Amino acid sequence: MTGIVALYIFMLAAFTGYEVISRVPVILHTPLMSGSNFVHGIVLVGAMVALGGAHTPLEKTIGVIGVLLAAGNAVGGYVVTERMLEMFKASGARAGAARKTH
Amino acid sequence: MPDWASADLAIQASYLITAFLFIVGLKRMSSPVTARSGILWAGAGMAVATLVTFLYPGMSNYGLILPAMLVGGALAWWSGRRVAMTNMPQMIALYNGMGGGAAAAIAAVELYRGETASYATTTLAVAGGIIGAVSFSGSAIAFGKLQGLITRSIRFGGQQIINLLLLAAALILGALVAAHANTMPAVVTAFFLLALVLGVSMTLPIGGADMPVVISLYNALTGLAVAFEGFVLNNAAMIIAGTVVGSAGTLLTQLMAKAMNRSLGNVLFSGFGDTGTAAAGEVSGSLKPIEASDAGVMMAFASKVIIVPGYGMAVAQAQHKIWELTQLLIDRGVTVKFAIHPVAGRMPGHMNVLLAEAGVPYDLIADLDEINAEFETADVALIIGANDVVNPVARTDKSSPIYGMPILNADKAKNVIVIKRGKGAGFSGIENALFYLDNTRMLYGDAQKAVSELIQAIKAV
Repeated sequence: MTGIVALYIFMLAAFTGYEVISRVPVILHTPLMSGSNFVHGIVLVGAMVALGGAHTPLEKTIGVIGVLLAAGNAVGGYVVTERMLEMFKASGARAGAARKTH
Repeated sequence: MPDWASADLAIQASYLITAFLFIVGLKRMSSPVTARSGILWAGAGMAVATLVTFLYPGMSNYGLILPAMLVGGALAWWSGRRVAMTNMPQMIALYNGMGGGAAAAIAAVELYRGETASYATTTLAVAGGIIGAVSFSGSAIAFGKLQGLITRSIRFGGQQIINLLLLAAALILGALVAAHANTMPAVVTAFFLLALVLGVSMTLPIGGADMPVVISLYNALTGLAVAFEGFVLNNAAMIIAGTVVGSAGTLLTQLMAKAMNRSLGNVLFSGFGDTGTAAAGEVSGSLKPIEASDAGVMMAFASKVIIVPGYGMAVAQAQHKIWELTQLLIDRGVTVKFAIHPVAGRMPGHMNVLLAEAGVPYDLIADLDEINAEFETADVALIIGANDVVNPVARTDKSSPIYGMPILNADKAKNVIVIKRGKGAGFSGIENALFYLDNTRMLYGDAQKAVSELIQAIKAV
């Protein structure tokens, strides 16, 4: 992947993020913030690669901390988002049908 | 080696699938109907990416990677399952900070090793490092504040100058690291320490009422840090996911700051609350208490009641009792609506989540724009643990720090009942003129207990 291709990816992803969230009703702001918090848990793969290539004790120590934290981000982000969205489903079902929010 | 080449192809293809699943997942999360499946899509993407990364060419240290993943994941699973819905905001801050810390750790490993491919990648590693470290320590402070571990907002003169100096020093060290990455481990260490201190000192002066904006900002920053480290590691999944979160989070942060009619810079640097002492003496009149039994009668014979929940409802876990009260009133033929200020509580949509937990249907819940004209026709506005978001001085008093913030016009209702724990001011430290109006009555007590008493009173009618 050359630098310029990476920049294209960066630009398109930035627009994607902006578009995806720009039509979100207020009631979903917290779950969506939580959901995007989960998505940047992808840092776990980077932490795995960093630790996987670590040689010195210092690199290994920092790498282990990185993987620990990243796993916490990914798993914790998933659990709380899933819990929140579960309630939205229950509420919608009780209300009988999907409701217009905006 | 052909073996590595095929593994690499499998990895790249899997990351492409992951990026697709993340974007579809986020898209689905943006509508209440499909929201729940959204997290499953995104979760599948994460599982694919994590599993395939074990195939990465040249990986070693599996004996460290697996235990670290298991311990970190298990602790997060346990805490995420256990936490009460009302404490969600600080848990999101915590998990977000962990992601920032992980991005900073990746940067640290690369910079200490000093083998990054070019000046461009070293610079990106430095940029991701400082952003990730600030997000890490800043989110930890945000967590401490919301969890009640840090109860005071520490402010002193010249604080912004000190923060600017810290930032400048960190940037200078960062530039040094970027220029000579392989020669000066001590500079790398000093760089990360300064970035961590900067995150702490930036977040300490910010009051609890501004935490939604701050958490959202750190969420966006962590995304950006992850994207930068993705460039360093040449990892497309990290670049795409990090950038999507970075831009989505920035937009969300702007929406929230706008809802408070303030710029993001103002939220971060104004030292909100300091100026409250100047405005405190200007409110005249007296606080008029009311008994729950009288308040219950007032509501039982109203034709329209608008409930305004705030952070006090979250603290007291009163949402279930409030729904019980609402059903009771609806059965009596009273029209009941919920008015939600965009920044009520400690996160955007915080109140909506709690009301959804209690089972309140969406169509009873209205945004500021939808509901504000309706207060004039309401017989009772019931304020439960909300303060600054209903303070009319935001419309009238130019010297007030919250002047210009859009508020819920609860003061236009025929009667206002305020459930409040004590006589203190809101998080901003500003006296609330609403509480002193002639048509306002104060119902003192814990929100859950007070609402229970209201339920008893209405049942007795």
